[in-house]
Amino acid sequence: MAKKIATIPFTGTAEQEQELRAVIDALRDDPGCLMPIMQKAQEIYGYLPLEVQTVIAEELNIPLEKVFGVATFYAQFTMSPKGKYRISVCLGTACYVKGSGVVMEKLEELLGIDSGEITQDGKFSLDDCRCVGACGLAPVVTINDDVYGRLTGKSEELQEILAKYAD
Amino acid sequence: MSEMVNVKINGLAVAVPKGTSILEAAREASVTIPTLCYLKDINEIGACRMCMVEANEGRGFRLVAACVYPVSEGMEVLTNSPKVLDARRKNMQLILSNHDKKCLSCVRSKNCELQKLANELGIEDDDFYAGEKTVYPIDDSAAHMYRDNNKCILCRRCVAACAVTQGIGVIGANERGFITNIGSQFNKPLGETACVSCGQCITVCPTGALSEKDYTDKVFAAIADPTKHVVVQTAPSVRAGLGELFGYPIGTNVEGKMAAALRRLGFDVVTDTNYGADLTIMEEGTELIERVTNGGVLPMITSCSPGWVKFCEHYFPDMIPNLSTCKSPQQMQGAIIKTYYAEKMGWDPKDIVSVSIMPCTAKKFECGRDDQSASGYPDVDIALTTRELGRMIDRAGLDFRSLPDEKFDDPLGIYSGAGLIFGATGGVMEAALRFAVEKISGEKLPNDKLDFTDVRGIEGVKEASYTVGGLTVKVAVASGLANARRLLEKVQAGEADYTFIEIMACPGGCVNGGGQPIQPASVRNFVDLRAERAKALYSVDAEMDLRKSQDNPAIQTLYKEYLGEPGGHKAHELLHTSYVARKVNF
Repeated sequence: MAKKIATIPFTGTAEQEQELRAVIDALRDDPGCLMPIMQKAQEIYGYLPLEVQTVIAEELNIPLEKVFGVATFYAQFTMSPKGKYRISVCLGTACYVKGSGVVMEKLEELLGIDSGEITQDGKFSLDDCRCVGACGLAPVVTINDDVYGRLTGKSEELQEILAKYAD
Repeated sequence: MSEMVNVKINGLAVAVPKGTSILEAAREASVTIPTLCYLKDINEIGACRMCMVEANEGRGFRLVAACVYPVSEGMEVLTNSPKVLDARRKNMQLILSNHDKKCLSCVRSKNCELQKLANELGIEDDDFYAGEKTVYPIDDSAAHMYRDNNKCILCRRCVAACAVTQGIGVIGANERGFITNIGSQFNKPLGETACVSCGQCITVCPTGALSEKDYTDKVFAAIADPTKHVVVQTAPSVRAGLGELFGYPIGTNVEGKMAAALRRLGFDVVTDTNYGADLTIMEEGTELIERVTNGGVLPMITSCSPGWVKFCEHYFPDMIPNLSTCKSPQQMQGAIIKTYYAEKMGWDPKDIVSVSIMPCTAKKFECGRDDQSASGYPDVDIALTTRELGRMIDRAGLDFRSLPDEKFDDPLGIYSGAGLIFGATGGVMEAALRFAVEKISGEKLPNDKLDFTDVRGIEGVKEASYTVGGLTVKVAVASGLANARRLLEKVQAGEADYTFIEIMACPGGCVNGGGQPIQPASVRNFVDLRAERAKALYSVDAEMDLRKSQDNPAIQTLYKEYLGEPGGHKAHELLHTSYVARKVNF
């Protein structure tokens, strides 16, 4: 599936930009510095939006398409920020066999976003993951550090869970 | 002398320099190994796996990619074993499994490297690996071209042409695996990027994934409209390339047959952009002398190449004041057709359809620019490429090779050798020097003193210095935008103090433009198209009596009857233009 590109407004701060430029300055002369810079940038911002990739491209004097090509190639880079509440649905073998695919579909429906995306208000982000080591509780969903197991994928059940994160 | 390595290609012994690829070594044994992704020097990535051969370096025969695998002493190579053929066929079938095989309607049919190779390999079942296919919308956002990724085989030749040859890189591979696709940053359509419209990507595409916007039907319709006067012009380089579409050797000048074909296609007036090129020299040469004597912005840089102009606007906006304000020859010719010539003929410019045949795709962008409408109507309405003209000739059923040699219509078909050589890198510079040296010195230059050979040739950057009447003029010539960038960075850093610079977007100049006939990689990799096509222009110039723009009698009459002085008020109004700064990332 093609990489999701978030449409929510960029809210980077001057401090973050300063930090990014310092990272670029420190690494720019190393051969193959693009990926390390992108990794650091993602640590700073949580994701790699257009604004951040543009700074990297312009500072390194390389085409923006080159940065974007790398960002879309590697699974480790994301162009969608993580929400205040990061929902992970385990699609590992055990969870999947126990119906986590249905849980994912239902969450996508309830939140109105696809896996890899973030809700427009920045509250929830939805991702799939591979095994959180709680196969006995399959199917498993984590929201930040909270773990929810033995889910059925019913609307009421998931709505109830999401309601806990109303603030 | 580099160290030689002895290898056997299909049992035939050859000796080649160490480091040579199997692909190149095989040529020594008269064997052409098929390739799709390989472009010498700029795209040697071993991705398409069409060049698979069996190589034995003492540990038995193994399949390797010939384009990137270097030969070693004693190596044995089999280029046509059953195992090799089987591997190539499978790889071809895999490529075809995700290729939109619309060969009947494809613009590249009969000139498609994929089609030709599939046929040569004897692929009987082109749906052998039929399954899921990626489906992409056609990108028609740019003024000059289409991208149809459904026909893309991901060879990345276009990416290399854009990033390496032109130093631009607005296209690249996005995503990975099955959904890998060639596109631009943040999946922007090409028309919303800093693409300069040079079309070099089209000329290296092995399939029909990239093509110019075809306006041949529009031209046929204009010709069929009895209320329209359809006036055509052809650029210098078209005559040096068009013949390739009709089986002539590369570098054959087919000017006479081209003029005959245009007349038979039904164009009302057949003119030559060489006239417009001579006019450009009058204006640009005058502007140069004016800038030198009055302390204007130097170095002055030519503005004939619309790909270069757009590049300057995007990537060197600070140097826009350095650009000559002269319109390109295409636009000057168009302006004169709709003003001076229209008045002469008693035609209303609104009834004229001004068509150009260009070796260039950026001309399609240029004719739609602002400030290019001297008569109040666009100077050029439709810009076609050399390839589109070839298509029109085919569609009209004209037997090109048996056409007689004809002349252009007077007076807009009269030209000097200086106008003709515009098509090759250094040509505009040489034509301008033939003008400027004479003007500055006040002495007539004899015909045997007209060859400024320092600025000729296919090198990416050329420099020369001339002293005339106590004035030293330092000049530089660059072709290919990666070369242009290097040259301009030197100028900006204050490391060079040129007076005048010629820049052409395409390597080798217009003869190798993005609208010229497409030669397959098997030819491009081993024949220098730039040099061969340029010869077709220089050889004619050398034989001409009329070799200076200022001596063109039709141009002299134009100034006397209509324009007044070169660089004068009317000339400025009709023949000069303006530029806009553009962004790179937006």
